[in-house]
Amino acid sequence: MQRSATSAIIRAPTKAIYRRLGDNAFQTVVVGLGITIMLLAVVLAWVLLRDGWEPLRIFGFLGFLTGTTWDPVQNDYGTWPFIVGTLITSIAGLALSFFPALGVAIFTAEYAPRWLASIIDTIVDLLAAIPSVVVGIWGIFVLVPFLQNNVYLPIYFWTFEQAPQLLPILGPPAGYNLVTATIVLALMIVPYTAALARDSIRLVPRSQREAARALGATRWEVMRMAVIPYARGGIVAGAILSFGRAIGETMAVAMLVGNSNTLPFTLFGPAATMPSVIVNEFREAVENLHLASLMTVGFYLFLISLVVNLIAAWMQRRYTVGGRAL
Amino acid sequence: MERANATTRPDTPSPPRPTDAGQGEVRAAVASEAKARLVTEGISVHYGATLGVRDVSLTFRDKTVTALIGPSGCGKTTFLRSLNRMHDLSRGVKVTGRAVLDGTDIYASGVDPVTIRRRIGMVFQKPTPFPTMSIYDNVVAGLKLVGIRDRRLLDEVAERSLRQAALWDEVKDRLKAPAAGISGGQQQRLSIARALAVEADVLLMDEPTSSLDPQSTMRIEELIHQLKDDVTIIIVTHNMQQAARVSDYTAFFYEGNLIEVSDTNTMFTNPREQRTNDYITGRFG
Amino acid sequence: MAVTTSSTTPRRTRLAEVTPANLRRRYLRDRVMIGLLVLATLVVLIPLLVIVWYVVSNGIQAVLEPTFWTSDLGSPARALGGRDTGLGHTVLGTLVVDGLALLIAVPIGIGAGIMLSEYPDHPLNPALRILNDTLNGMPAILKGLLAFALIVKPMGTFSGLSGGVALAFVMLPIVARATEGVLRIIPWSIREAGLALGLPRWRVVLNTVLPAARVGVVTGVLIAFARAAGEAAPLLFTAFGNNFFSSAPLRYLTGPVDTLPARLYSLAISPYREWHAMGWGAGVVLLGFVIVTFVVSRLATRQRHQADM
Repeated sequence: MQRSATSAIIRAPTKAIYRRLGDNAFQTVVVGLGITIMLLAVVLAWVLLRDGWEPLRIFGFLGFLTGTTWDPVQNDYGTWPFIVGTLITSIAGLALSFFPALGVAIFTAEYAPRWLASIIDTIVDLLAAIPSVVVGIWGIFVLVPFLQNNVYLPIYFWTFEQAPQLLPILGPPAGYNLVTATIVLALMIVPYTAALARDSIRLVPRSQREAARALGATRWEVMRMAVIPYARGGIVAGAILSFGRAIGETMAVAMLVGNSNTLPFTLFGPAATMPSVIVNEFREAVENLHLASLMTVGFYLFLISLVVNLIAAWMQRRYTVGGRAL
Repeated sequence: MERANATTRPDTPSPPRPTDAGQGEVRAAVASEAKARLVTEGISVHYGATLGVRDVSLTFRDKTVTALIGPSGCGKTTFLRSLNRMHDLSRGVKVTGRAVLDGTDIYASGVDPVTIRRRIGMVFQKPTPFPTMSIYDNVVAGLKLVGIRDRRLLDEVAERSLRQAALWDEVKDRLKAPAAGISGGQQQRLSIARALAVEADVLLMDEPTSSLDPQSTMRIEELIHQLKDDVTIIIVTHNMQQAARVSDYTAFFYEGNLIEVSDTNTMFTNPREQRTNDYITGRFG
Repeated sequence: MAVTTSSTTPRRTRLAEVTPANLRRRYLRDRVMIGLLVLATLVVLIPLLVIVWYVVSNGIQAVLEPTFWTSDLGSPARALGGRDTGLGHTVLGTLVVDGLALLIAVPIGIGAGIMLSEYPDHPLNPALRILNDTLNGMPAILKGLLAFALIVKPMGTFSGLSGGVALAFVMLPIVARATEGVLRIIPWSIREAGLALGLPRWRVVLNTVLPAARVGVVTGVLIAFARAAGEAAPLLFTAFGNNFFSSAPLRYLTGPVDTLPARLYSLAISPYREWHAMGWGAGVVLLGFVIVTFVVSRLATRQRHQADM
């Protein structure tokens, strides 16, 4: 570095005009690359809207949103079932994973000895990188048979005899269903939520912990009184970001949710989400309107993801107790 | 259960002894009537292999203010933090020796650090209000820990503590406001009120004014004078004028050792040790 | 036992006294919470480790078969008839598509990162930051749809090119953010030193700032790569898939091409037991790919920390 800097000096043309020219060219290139990314984000929205325009024209923005029928044969399309499926699996997945994730975060950030914490941290980060399809194949060949035989069927039979009025909610066990998809989603976002929560907990200043300790707080009381409240902005924002991930999570869900386009969904019966319907039908879509409708589903997915991400960013700013606030 | 002082340590100075001091006899004599609240006997703090504080024995008497002074890195804060077992939190830090509070060694096995810390409160360099709590909730945070839920009682203690901390008049109309919204000086007094609310007998202050403006510093110093009637105060400061202003006794630390301790007057007018003199007169530190 | 109480200040009541019962209850809660935290940690780690274990134990056999690497897949009849079959073409296709994604994403992402950190006053920066985060937050499948609309449709065919572009869309925002992050850590004094030597700004950035941050930049790229390499969704309707080696190398870019994640998906949902075994094998390769990338990036980061010290 040092050497190249000196040699650069020797070689550098010192005429101001050349330097100006080089600087201008460099800045133009760099800004151009930045603009490329900006354009991409805009073009993404525009392309989805353009290619999904036809269904919006036919069914209307709200009509397509709230339409409960998705029928490629009759060429009748509405995205409501997939929004329902997406929201149910994502919310339930987040609910299922939030407290375990927070637990891991607190354990590694506050309780575990350093060597153990660094091992767990590494594993968690690594698990966050497991590809969705890999989880999917495990789900198909291990999780689904296990759940079907040990959970869904026993519960179904019990309900059949003891509480038949609940059967419409359960539905006949299909193995590939809402519950399976939810469990898998929870598994997939838990390392992500944990890592984000851990990072915000680590940002809590030491003085906060000591202040609580000095008041005679036990270890857990330090957490409850000082650490968790202080980190809550980051924790909640992280949970919302994980929720955004869950919404867009595609492959594992598509492989395990069962893919039924008709409401009402049941707990043990097949369902579908917005990404799963795109994956499952896009390659087979022959009708133009069918293809366009899948694009429209993508457009709605874009909007939902956008809103979720904006909320997360806002939460972070709104509820973060910065050192600056003090 | 007073453990008989059977230590063979030849010299366990429990200063200031009236005989030690040539001057300032009057104050020393008066103060020596006050009973010893907290006595350390050979406290050492080890950071891994290195020794942060070496074999410090000091006596802190009831209703007095003792200042710990010395150049930065001299171990005064480290020593202070050993007085309410704050080092328990830190990995790789070991404390040896005894710190006897009203007859009980706080480091004895079976003594609970949580209980100790309620009797020995602490105020830190930077104000440490819990930023997500209101002013009121901050003050009563320590009471809620022990399960006190009685609204009236909490109100009472909150008001009393805030008054003691000379903050009541400034915040009485916005007790429910977030604690992060008041000034730094007010936050520091809030931290003091919070420590007083649990009725600490001893208050450890770790450079409590180092992040404050002169005005706020003055208020805290006045406050220390008032609080002396109720609690034993041990204050770490790197500001010698402050030590001279607020304390009855001063202990000088250097490189992890307690060099000298005597009543503040003596310390600043006629120190026994050359190093103390050098420090006080500004030759180093 | 607890400290003996002494009431030297009679006007104060000892209402905040910690009673032994209270203390016991609080320590009990403390211990219960530790138990719950450990339990949560196990609940999170065990299933995910179980997944890894299942994939490896089910797929290792397929991977150890030499034909897995040398042969292409062909029709199901090959696997059913016990003839040579494998995912050699898939591995090849994956390298092409991932490599292309890197080639596209790295310069653009780093460029945008440089814009954000080296021209902090540029009026477009706030917008770039927001849009970059937006792009980052978008599901990968939408980036696949974008590549489909921009490339597959005009070309009239699925292609490795479109697959690489789709994965580049996944990587881009991550690279940009990571680059900005590491460049910002480099102290301004280093830049000022370069400028004081009379170097033009662009030389300072390229010769001084970037080299100083290279470990961080590489780490960011690797993380982005690990993320993109596992994505199947955007590839299904861009690279699409292919059961054979291509005779002409260029066809890997211009024609449908197989990739590991997408192939894993189609093997898993196929009705053939033999293909399921190969699917697990694909899982092992994919997992290995991601883990190696991850570990390398970790080691690089550690090295940087050590260098700092």
